Amino acid sequence: MNRRKFASTLSLASISAALGAELVFAGQMPKGYLPLGLNDPDPFSLFQKDKDMVVLNEKPWNMEAKAHLLNDRVTPNRFMFIRNNGKIPKNIDISNWKLTIDGESVQQQKSYSLKELQTNFTSYSYQLTLECGGNGRSEFNPPAKGNQWTIGAVSCAKWTGVRLKDVLRDVGIQSDAVYIGYHSADTHLSGDPNKEPISRGVPIAKALEDETLIAYEMNGGPIPLVHGHPLRLVCGGWPASVSGKWLQRISVRNKVHDGAKMGGSSYRIPCEAVAPGSKVKDNDMCIIESMPVKSLITYPKTGALLKKNILQINGHAWAGELQVEKMECSIDFGSTWQVCKLEKPANRLAWQHFAATIAFPKKGYYEVWARATDEHGKSQPMVLPGWNPKGYLNNACHRIAVKVV
Amino acid sequence: MQKRNLITFLSLLLAAVFLTVLFVAVTNSNKIEKEITPLATTIIELDEKTIASSGFVNDTGVSQVIQHCTQCHSSTLVTQNRLSEAGWKATIEWMQETQNLWDLGKNEERIIAYLAKNYGPTKKGRRQPIKGVEWYELD
Ligand code: HEC
Repeated sequence: MNRRKFASTLSLASISAALGAELVFAGQMPKGYLPLGLNDPDPFSLFQKDKDMVVLNEKPWNMEAKAHLLNDRVTPNRFMFIRNNGKIPKNIDISNWKLTIDGESVQQQKSYSLKELQTNFTSYSYQLTLECGGNGRSEFNPPAKGNQWTIGAVSCAKWTGVRLKDVLRDVGIQSDAVYIGYHSADTHLSGDPNKEPISRGVPIAKALEDETLIAYEMNGGPIPLVHGHPLRLVCGGWPASVSGKWLQRISVRNKVHDGAKMGGSSYRIPCEAVAPGSKVKDNDMCIIESMPVKSLITYPKTGALLKKNILQINGHAWAGELQVEKMECSIDFGSTWQVCKLEKPANRLAWQHFAATIAFPKKGYYEVWARATDEHGKSQPMVLPGWNPKGYLNNACHRIAVKVV
Repeated sequence: MQKRNLITFLSLLLAAVFLTVLFVAVTNSNKIEKEITPLATTIIELDEKTIASSGFVNDTGVSQVIQHCTQCHSSTLVTQNRLSEAGWKATIEWMQETQNLWDLGKNEERIIAYLAKNYGPTKKGRRQPIKGVEWYELD
């Protein structure tokens, strides 16, 4: 962060020197234009991320994990994906941080300091699965625009905070409340101070669930800056974009929240399935709610060469609002499936751990495919699910390559 | 002797105070955000090294693309994508309608042509083979 500021005040001569090249036409450079070689600070040390994490975009910051990095039962910060829509707020002052509850459907507007939230309400901890709605986007055909997530935009950390429903009860909400929308301290990429990068929310029923938290801790410590310090709305099982970071305000709405990225094709899919590549009118798009059933093999890392013909695998499975009921794996491209051992979730909306011992009949190249089934009997597809304009909700089976040598 | 030491000490102290004040002033002035100003239609033809460091393919229109498309976000948000001409046009329109992107004027055509040519879609089918496997021994 500081390097960017620093770079913007460098003289052109020192910019040329740093780039190792003379800037031709430097005198005519547009005001505010910064050559690209200079503006990327090291995100791994900046955000305490593992070096094997993959940066998709450095402004705004977007970073994903690889499957084997997600092997922990509870995801530590260093393996947690980053999806930012705008610029991270600067100069956060926690002693003056306020959370305001307002909107058409509150009985009164009310504000709380961090201390008031922590002392006036009971705190709860839950392991909550947060997956970016666009996780898996890179596989869609025709391609969908946006960050090209592969499989690593998912995490299940332990979040601690107060229940949104307790705070809403304290404020008092009217019977016409249908939705809540968050407002945050991040700033728009264009620099326009009157524009929110993102302001999404959930229907009131989701807002009032026990596990919907106004969180102030992640994994037992303050929430890391890039994940929403000092306060984050956390709604597990839904697209992670509804879990607003750097939370300052929650509006209780008497209509579906209409903040930034609630409309158009953002976090919405065709209400009725469409053929790949179709144009879909805004009116025919519906907001994504619960995420679909999905799983990841987190051990071993893909590419294992095995001297024995026995392999232990393990991973996690999740199903949005639902539980995963069955977990299976296949080494013959789905011709036969073997049932895996599946644990119950630590709490509702936490991912579930699975494990299996696989025996390979002979030497050769194999792919281990994993398939989860939710409590309603819906399974992950082996091919890509329904195409949609922005490439959301790819829950196709995960697979790893192994060779018995 | 002692008096001279005192004078040296005092002048050092004064210098330190002065430098601190200067430092604070400079760091504060650094806090002024880089402003994003809508570009006029005049585009500078950038040199090869600058183009190479931008992450964009060097082809006709690259100077327009770099100067218009890296003002708000990094080049990688652009280069990750594979879109048709219509797809790039729609993306630009979406940014103009919702994200404060300015009118690209006579550069728009060139920018879209450049993007569609160098970052156009490839056929992928319904599921591709597992990509980029690095084999390692597991015991
Ligand atoms: C005025 C600011 C601004 C400029 C200039 C700008 N963009 Fe964007 N662009 C945005 C914002 C804001 C987003 C959304 C970022 C996010 O969600 O992470 C975006 C997103 C994108 C995306 C991803 C689209 C999606 O649906 O997620 C692409 C591709 C893109 N821009 C390409 C371009 C190209 C090409 C240009 C040059 C013609 C350009 N941008 C110039 C503001 C801008």
